[in-house]
Amino acid sequence: MKFDNLSLELLNTISNLTKIPNGAANIRVDGEAVVCSSSANVTITPREDGQGFTLEVKPGTIGETVHVPVLLTQTGLQETVANTFIIGENSDITIIAGCGIHNPSHNDSRHDGIHEFIVKPGARLKYVEKHYGQGQGQGKRIMNPTTKINLQSGASAEMEMTQIKGVDDTFRSTIARIEDKASLKIIERLMTDGDQSAESDVQINIVGKAGSGQILSRSVARDKSIQVFKAALVGRVECTGHVECDSIIMDNARISSIPELVAEDSEAVLTHEAAIGKIAGEQLIKLMSLGLTEQEAIDVILDGFLR
Amino acid sequence: MLKLENLCMTVNGDNGQGREIIRGLNLEFEKGKIYAITGPNGGGKTSIAKLVMGIFKPNSGHIYLNDEEITNLSISDRAHRGITYAFQQPPRFKGLTIEDLIKIARPGIDQLALRGAMRDVGLCPEDYLMRDVGPGLSGGEMKRVEIAQVLARNAKVTIFDEPEAGVDLWTIQKLIGILYNKFKDNPESITIIITHNENILRICDEIMVIQNGLVQARGTREEIWHLIKDDVECKMKEQCGELLTYEI
Ligand SMILES: Nc1ncnc2c1ncn2[C@@H]1O[C@H](COP(=O)(O)OP(=O)(O)OP(=O)(O)O)[C@@H](O)[C@H]1O
Ligand SMILES: [Mg+2]
Repeated sequence: MKFDNLSLELLNTISNLTKIPNGAANIRVDGEAVVCSSSANVTITPREDGQGFTLEVKPGTIGETVHVPVLLTQTGLQETVANTFIIGENSDITIIAGCGIHNPSHNDSRHDGIHEFIVKPGARLKYVEKHYGQGQGQGKRIMNPTTKINLQSGASAEMEMTQIKGVDDTFRSTIARIEDKASLKIIERLMTDGDQSAESDVQINIVGKAGSGQILSRSVARDKSIQVFKAALVGRVECTGHVECDSIIMDNARISSIPELVAEDSEAVLTHEAAIGKIAGEQLIKLMSLGLTEQEAIDVILDGFLR
Repeated sequence: MLKLENLCMTVNGDNGQGREIIRGLNLEFEKGKIYAITGPNGGGKTSIAKLVMGIFKPNSGHIYLNDEEITNLSISDRAHRGITYAFQQPPRFKGLTIEDLIKIARPGIDQLALRGAMRDVGLCPEDYLMRDVGPGLSGGEMKRVEIAQVLARNAKVTIFDEPEAGVDLWTIQKLIGILYNKFKDNPESITIIITHNENILRICDEIMVIQNGLVQARGTREEIWHLIKDDVECKMKEQCGELLTYEI
C-alpha cells in the first residue's frame, strides 16, 4: 500500500509516523481500512460491515504499541466507525489513535468514532489520540468521538486526548466505569480558534472500592470560538477522584467549565479545581525581556500550556 | 554607558490619585563596573529596573544606552540591545521546562554552556533541566532558575533584583563568587544588583541608596556603609527605645 504525500503528512501530524508501522496496526483512509495487520499477541478483526474493528490483546502481552489512525482526505466524506478494544489480563500496551481530516471543499467532512475499551483485571493501557483538521474550504471538519471505558479489577489506564487544531465542530463524549482498585487518568487538551466550537462531556463512575479517577483538562480558546467542558465524577464507594480544568481564554472566545462531583459513600474523596483566565501579563513581559516579540511570547506560552 | 536622565514616574495610588514613585532621577552606570542599588522597601529600586527594561514607561525623562536614546523602545527591542533583567519575583509557566526557558534566553546555547549556567546557580542539570518552571518549584529554586537564564544571556547590561532573596546561604555565597568572577572588571558589561545583602555590597564598585524615588546617597561601600548602619540603628532606637542586643 502506498500513501500519497498528503496522507503521509496527516499521518505524521496525528501519530508521528513516517511509514507504515511494523506489528499490529489498522490504518483507515477515506472510509476503508487500507492496512489491517495483526501480531502474535494482538489480533485486529474487521467488522463485517467494514465500519470498524475489534482489537484483542492476549493476556500477559507486555510492551507492544499498536497504531490505529484514521485519515479523511476525500471531500465531503461522512462516516461512523465503531471499534472495540479488549485488553487482556495483566498486559501492558500502548494504543496510538488519531484522526486527521483534510477538507479543501465546501462540503462538510465528518468522522464519528465510537471506541469501547474493556481493560481486563490487572492490565495497563496507555491510549494516545490526536485530532487535527486542515484545508482552506468552507466545508467544516467535524469529529465526534465517543469513548466508553470499562476498567476491571486492578486495571489502570491513562488516556491522552488532544485536539491540536483545525477541528471546526466537535462533541466529545467520554464515559468510564471503574471497578475495585482500578485507576483511570484522562488528560484532555483542546485548542479552538476562529468560529470553532467544542464540547466535551466526561463522566467517570467509580463503582469499585479503592478505585481512582482523574480528569485533567487544559484548553485554549481564541478568536470567537466556544468551548463547553463538563466533567462529572461519581463515587459510589470508598474511592478517590479529582477533576482539574484549566483554560486560557483570549480575544472574544467563550468558555464554560462545569465540574460535577457526586459522592454516594462517606469514604469517597472527590475534589475539583477549575480556572479560566487570560495569559498572565507577567509571563508575557518575562519572555519579552528575553527577546521574544509579544506574538512569539504568546505562542510559547500556549504551546507549553497545551503540551 | 547607561544613563537615566530626569526620570519621573507616577502610578495610580490606592486613593485613585496619582502617586509619584520616581521623582526626577539622574543616574549613570559605566561599563566594567558592578553597582549595588539598596534602600528601604518601597523606595523605588524595582521600578528603576523596570524602567530600564522597558516594563514601565516614565512620564518624563530619558534613558540612553551608549548614547542611543532607548526611552521609547519596546521590551524586546531593549533585550536585543543587550539589556537583561532577573525579576524580583519571576513568574511561573505551565508546561515550559527550565531547559526551554534557558534556550529562549540564549538561542542556540550549547549543552556545555546550558549545564554551566545551571551549575552556576547550584542546580544539578540532570535533576532540573526537564522540570517545569511551574508550581512544582520552590521559591528559592525559581529564583535560581531566573538567575541562570540571565547569566546565560551574557548581556551588556545585567540587572539582578534581589538575587539573594529566598536563596540558601550556601548558594548565595557561591553566587557571589560567580558574579565576582563574571562581572568584576569585565570591560564589556554593566552590572546592577538590587540587594539587601551585605556580602553582595562588598563586591560592588559603587552603592546607590534609593529612597522615596530618589538617590539619597551614593559612593563606595566604605563611604556608604556607616550611613546605612547609623540610619538603621537610629530607627531601631526610635522604635525600641534602645539597641536590641542578643546574648548567646
Ligand atoms: N504597578 C504599580 N502600581 C502601583 N504602585 C506601584 C506599582 N509598582 C510599584 N508601586 C509602588 O512604588 C513604590 C516603589 O516600588 P518598588 O517595587 O520599586 O520598590 P522597591 O524599592 O523595589 O521595594 P522592595 O525592597 O520591597 O522590593 C512602592 O510604594 C510601590 O507600592
Ligand atoms: Mg523591589
